[in-house]
Amino acid sequence: MDYRTPLSRVRGLGSAKSGTAHWWMQRVTAVVLIPLSFWLVYFLGLSVTAPYQQTVDWLASPVNAVCIAAWIVAVFYHAALGLQVVIEDYVAAEGPKIISIWVVNLAFLFLAIAALLAVFRVVSIG
Amino acid sequence: MAEFTLPKNSVLIEGKTFKAPVGATHIRRFEVYRWDPESGENPRIDAFELDMDSCGPMVLDAILKIKNEIDSSLTFRRSCREGVCGSCAMTINGKNSLACTKAIDSYSGTIKIYPLPHMPVVKDLVADLTHFYAQYASIKPWIESQTPAPADSERLQSKEDREKLDGLYDCVLCACCSTSCPSYWWNSERYLGPAVLLQAYRWLVDSRDESTGERLDELEDPFKLYRCHTIMNCTDTCPKGLNPAKAIAETKKMLVQRKLG
Repeated sequence: MDYRTPLSRVRGLGSAKSGTAHWWMQRVTAVVLIPLSFWLVYFLGLSVTAPYQQTVDWLASPVNAVCIAAWIVAVFYHAALGLQVVIEDYVAAEGPKIISIWVVNLAFLFLAIAALLAVFRVVSIG
Repeated sequence: MAEFTLPKNSVLIEGKTFKAPVGATHIRRFEVYRWDPESGENPRIDAFELDMDSCGPMVLDAILKIKNEIDSSLTFRRSCREGVCGSCAMTINGKNSLACTKAIDSYSGTIKIYPLPHMPVVKDLVADLTHFYAQYASIKPWIESQTPAPADSERLQSKEDREKLDGLYDCVLCACCSTSCPSYWWNSERYLGPAVLLQAYRWLVDSRDESTGERLDELEDPFKLYRCHTIMNCTDTCPKGLNPAKAIAETKKMLVQRKLG
């Protein structure tokens, strides 16, 4: 028998006093991704249609390299933030919830590092 | 884990059908959710065919007619019968509303009536709102001010500041919005839900309240507030035409403003 009052259950451990930064960064990355996605689309177009050297030369230009790198950072950050919310929504058990959030965050971190290294390699070695 | 299927003892079975009296010409069919905790049986759907020539115009009138003339065991809440008390909130043809403000003629065909979704049922159309009310109590829905009230007058408020409460003070806490929100379905243990968040915002924007910061502190939480994903079911379903989604968005804006502004 649980004799806790409904109000005690509602108050629980109290407010985390956080969440605004998470929510705000999800919006910021979403807005940033709108212009940056033009670079990605153009880059994907080049990868499919243009010769290898032309694609590399395009990517090697500072503006394009920075924009593609920024796209990578923003998209993986955005995806990690968003997937964390989805997990919090649907996974109620504390253990699996925390583990899945860690797995998602680390997976996107490693993917972002790999993608950035790939850009760096193309730009520096060609 | 979020539950996507009904537990075995909640699966609906077919119930009784009550035919309209012989000679009735203007008949409407009502299918009503029935569950009696003392019977040990699964919930069932009873069908009532009513003679509209001897029935009031609102869905609540039909339910009252059923209780008065056909099956007195039908259990539901109602009080004011004019949309100010919020007691008769239920799901009518798939949409949460107040039975007393919905005209039978605004629906075509059979009218299906269920208790508010995803809440424990006490009996028939009565949902258990204990947790919902506790959530309301948790946001301290009263004025909190350090400054004592003036000795010889009320706490004054400009017309402009009073107008900020329009569309907020009108909420009757019927729970239609909260129980229409999928996010509230999955996480109501911690997510406060649209109704309570609209009420919280009502105190955040009250010019006479002096605890805005503390109130924002209490709300700033990934679950209490940020489970709102702007699904908009709340605003769509509100029988009073209010906009809880906007109140929540304004609360999020206040939190960002506090952080960055």
